[in-house]
Amino acid sequence: MTKYEEFIVEKGLFVTAILSIIVILLIIGFIFKEGLPAMDSYGFLHFIFGMDWSPSDDQYGVFTMIIGSIGITLLSLLFAVPLSLLCAIFLAEIAPKVMRRILKPVIETLAGIPSVVYGFFGLIILVPFMRVHFGGTGFSMLTASIILTVMILPTIISISEDALKSVPHEYKEASLALGATHWQTIKNVIFPAAIPGIITAIILGMGRAVGETLAVIMVAGNVAQIPNSIFDPVRALTSNIALEMGYATGIHYNALFATGIVLFIMIMVLLIIANYFHYKKKVVIGGGYL
Amino acid sequence: MDLKYKLGIIIAIIIICSYLIFIPSTQYERIQIAGSTSVQPVAEKLAKKFGETHPNVRINVQGGGSSLGISSVSQGITQIGTSSRELTQKEKIGLNEYVIGKEGIVIAVNNQNNITYLNKTQIKDIFSGKVKNWKDVGGPDLEIHVITRESGSGTRSAFENLIMGKGIKIKNDAIVQSSTESVKQAVKQDPGAIGFVSLARMTNDVKALKIGGITPSEQTVSDGSYSLQTPFLFIVKGEPKGVVKEFIDFTLSPEGQAIVKGEKVVPVK
Repeated sequence: MTKYEEFIVEKGLFVTAILSIIVILLIIGFIFKEGLPAMDSYGFLHFIFGMDWSPSDDQYGVFTMIIGSIGITLLSLLFAVPLSLLCAIFLAEIAPKVMRRILKPVIETLAGIPSVVYGFFGLIILVPFMRVHFGGTGFSMLTASIILTVMILPTIISISEDALKSVPHEYKEASLALGATHWQTIKNVIFPAAIPGIITAIILGMGRAVGETLAVIMVAGNVAQIPNSIFDPVRALTSNIALEMGYATGIHYNALFATGIVLFIMIMVLLIIANYFHYKKKVVIGGGYL
Repeated sequence: MDLKYKLGIIIAIIIICSYLIFIPSTQYERIQIAGSTSVQPVAEKLAKKFGETHPNVRINVQGGGSSLGISSVSQGITQIGTSSRELTQKEKIGLNEYVIGKEGIVIAVNNQNNITYLNKTQIKDIFSGKVKNWKDVGGPDLEIHVITRESGSGTRSAFENLIMGKGIKIKNDAIVQSSTESVKQAVKQDPGAIGFVSLARMTNDVKALKIGGITPSEQTVSDGSYSLQTPFLFIVKGEPKGVVKEFIDFTLSPEGQAIVKGEKVVPVK
């Protein structure tokens, strides 16, 4: 009986584990099935590098949106990475216990705020502020990036902080014993040892920035054109799908799924790059690695 | 003993699930309505009221846009399609349309803007990007920021039909907002902005422009003097029968039209 039970449980766990893989494969299959016809009929290169998105004239070029998505994401990473890494170092190494106890929940609360709230805040407060101080309409790549920065801070902070915390104590002790100051220890020992974890954190933040839809729709202006400066409005790939999915029929519908394929490929490429760095930066010490 | 309980629970779940799947669909008459997101709130209210007197009818109202409403009714996917724009000659084939109300489209500017009226040509020039500064149409020396809706929106296509005409497009770098409310918000916070919103959602946050000397209001829309208006349509394939006919008759009855009016849409009767 116990043997039988063992077998059942083992197989049951295996099935539940495999389910998530099946779900992912089904989703990928469906997106490609719905999206490929549009790429076929419109031409793959035409679709990727086309500058015109105008469903009413049968123009489906997504290049402007690829640029938009990449632009918003990179800009927000530029703001968020230094901020969150320094914050994580402070939390992991320098902050007194009381401070940590207050700061950590506050930062985690930031992650819990729904994106529509961020978007609305951006529309009401940030957009007029940008318009008054930088001219234009206030709807711009920069505005969207600022909102996204706040949204991805908690992700990067909490994961990098865990990475910094998990560096073995012996390292720190050894470094201090050799006469290094606290800052030198952080800079030359703890931080390099935690790099793989930190890269993972940045990638997860990047994934959130690429995938964020609602907040970006509300503040980016959604104009499908190549921005000349960071004060120009842009349209992201995700915004494009969310804006038009409700109305799309026929080839337009397929083109939106094809937009999804492009997003999917973008995220895949990001993940591959991240994993490569993660693998390359592994610190090997005494037969084991961190 | 344990196993028996588990078996019992599993069997009970299966029975409940199959009951949920098979039973309800046989008891009610169903009406599927899909189409314009502008018509949706009105249709939902009508469906709710109609359901009070017809307990055996279940009405399901969905959005999706006017084009989807028209195509799904002509393919027979839904019994009633809704549209907030006129049908093209090609779309009309085999379909019957019932005007259930009229909706005004308001050209809105910021409250600080001293402009009170524009003519259609000026609006067209502004939205196509030909006129870039308010001083060219008699306003302050301020850059014009055009706010528009996403392509596919019924309000936008009605605006394009009424103002832009054939071949002239809204300029490419106009800011796109995804709902009437966010268009209003964008116009409210920017002294140089101009946008279009539906009369039903109009508030004092923004200023409505007079078109041809006429202020948009329920009165001017229903007597036809305010020219920027679009019909709210119920569309059926062929002749409506049974409960579908009852529902359309109810919509056009005084009671139904009162509901339409309550949603700030101009009634037709």
